[in-house]
Amino acid sequence: MTQAEATERAGGAGPREFSEAAKRRIEWLYSRYPVREAALLPVLRLAEEEFGAIDGPAIECVAREMGISPGHVYGVFTFYTHYRREGDGKYVLQVCSTLPCALRGCRDVVHHLEERLGIGPGETTPDGRFTLKKVECLGSCDTAPVVQVNEDYHENLTLEKLDAILDALP
Amino acid sequence: MPPVDYRNFEKVLLKHADHPDSAELDYYLSHGGYEGARKALTQHEPGQVIALVKASNLRGRGGAGFPCGLKWSFVPKSTPKPKYLVVNADESEPGTFKDRIILERDPHQLIEGILIAAWAIQASTAYCYIRGEFVKGYRVMERAIQEAYDRGILGPNVLGTGFRCDLTMHRGAGAYICGEETGLLSSLEGKRGLPKIKPPFPAVEGLFRCPTVVNNVETLANLPHILTRGVDWFKSIGPDKGPGPKLLCVSGHVERPGTYEVPMGINLKDLIFDLCGGIWKGRELKAVIPGGSSAKVLTAAECDVAMDFDSLMAKGTMLGSGGVIVMDDSTDMVDALYNILRFYHHESCGQCTPCREGTGWLEKIVGRIRAGRGRMEDIDLCLDICDMMVGKTICVLADAAAFPCESILRKFRGEFEERVRKGQGFTRKVLTGGPLVQPGAISAHNQERRIEAAHHG
Repeated sequence: MTQAEATERAGGAGPREFSEAAKRRIEWLYSRYPVREAALLPVLRLAEEEFGAIDGPAIECVAREMGISPGHVYGVFTFYTHYRREGDGKYVLQVCSTLPCALRGCRDVVHHLEERLGIGPGETTPDGRFTLKKVECLGSCDTAPVVQVNEDYHENLTLEKLDAILDALP
Repeated sequence: MPPVDYRNFEKVLLKHADHPDSAELDYYLSHGGYEGARKALTQHEPGQVIALVKASNLRGRGGAGFPCGLKWSFVPKSTPKPKYLVVNADESEPGTFKDRIILERDPHQLIEGILIAAWAIQASTAYCYIRGEFVKGYRVMERAIQEAYDRGILGPNVLGTGFRCDLTMHRGAGAYICGEETGLLSSLEGKRGLPKIKPPFPAVEGLFRCPTVVNNVETLANLPHILTRGVDWFKSIGPDKGPGPKLLCVSGHVERPGTYEVPMGINLKDLIFDLCGGIWKGRELKAVIPGGSSAKVLTAAECDVAMDFDSLMAKGTMLGSGGVIVMDDSTDMVDALYNILRFYHHESCGQCTPCREGTGWLEKIVGRIRAGRGRMEDIDLCLDICDMMVGKTICVLADAAAFPCESILRKFRGEFEERVRKGQGFTRKVLTGGPLVQPGAISAHNQERRIEAAHHG
């Protein structure tokens, strides 16, 4: 789901609200920790799933739900790099760029994606389909080079394989 | 110590990893699963389990190599506070990918280890903090935990013994610093993953200010085997002061990268040239980082070394997380160091000035040497900065950046000096014909872009 779709589903850009199922999940999460605040990272994950990305209204929704200040939620959220952010494309292509991948050609992967998509790292294609990110070690160094497309790892990449993966995305 | 017989070594931790049903509870049970936990909970007092693990000399597999039983023994026995067991599955040290295999392919082995550790320290609540990127491992673990709850292996009455143990998966969200135990605990409490000063150590005051043990995935996976096969068996594998099966992750320029389960103490040369099929493309070995990118580099001439905690320490480096990064003779060490420094600068949490500024300065200075704009005095300047970072911060991220930097600068100083001397002309040649670029793989447009980027550090 792109963020635009999520915004539309949530009834426009107004205040966000968790679904009933998500609220039940949040209650379950609370039961797993001695203090509610400890559930913040998992609740942010839920917000990511519910709203497509973490933006201002999503942060306010999480803060309201958990009874903590939006400033605190924002402060925690911005410490971490792996949540989907406002403006991220439908597919976030995270190319591992750390040493073991660099030794096995991850730069060619980045350059190929730059050429194919016409964007640089940190940018999103104008149609909102792809965001290209260079990320640090994905913990899959034996199968370098590696790209994580949303949740899925694609390993032992060649440029041909990479093209086939992108072509096959719905 | 006699040479380690790695060829006839029967796998322990990864014995079942390649079986298609290895993640299933029934498969695990039919291969002796949870017998170690049953034995611990029914035949041993918690203190006896601690004594057993102490006697086994099991050392932590996460990086520091701290004796596991000793760590447990720091947890106060009589305290009104709850105690916590936290599994560090935030595997993110560059070059390390061993815990991922256990999480994805043998989750019950880990859960069994968790039960044994939880019993030993009398923790009724355990959390498994897994890095956010490991979505598959997270799903496999969630499913395995549900199975274990459904069959009375987790929950209020573990294996019918009356011992309670709850286990919850907790996903991180992309921050290397959360692999540091106090940073991990901050993150688990729902905060920014900022490390805390020690003491108090987590064993006394950790998660939610209660006694907490943080153990690595691989460390815990060893426990069921120590319980079922005994301390003597465990100590017969490799060096007496830190024995056991060890997962080594080999990446970089070898023919067959991968996770290898070997007896502790295997010679690094045997690992690279025998098990991994040697250096790829018929090239020569140049350098190895033996324990994740935080470890000091070894030159090819220094690679005749046993892969165990003490032998590597004697060589001035460390076994760390077991991430062996191999570099062939075409590797540009300036470029390799720049990559490492970019990583640490990116991952510094920013609390401590020597780390926040130091990692940034190192990245910039090595970046300008790489781009052909360096000065000869830059090399000593970097060494000075490293000296100002080691041991001067709350956690060891600063040390982790300084160790590879200092060792690469010292051992490959000539390459840095040459780069400074030759300046831009050299840069142009390396960047368009160097080892990281396959011929014909990049367009003229990208070559220009690359040179451009290099000139801007």
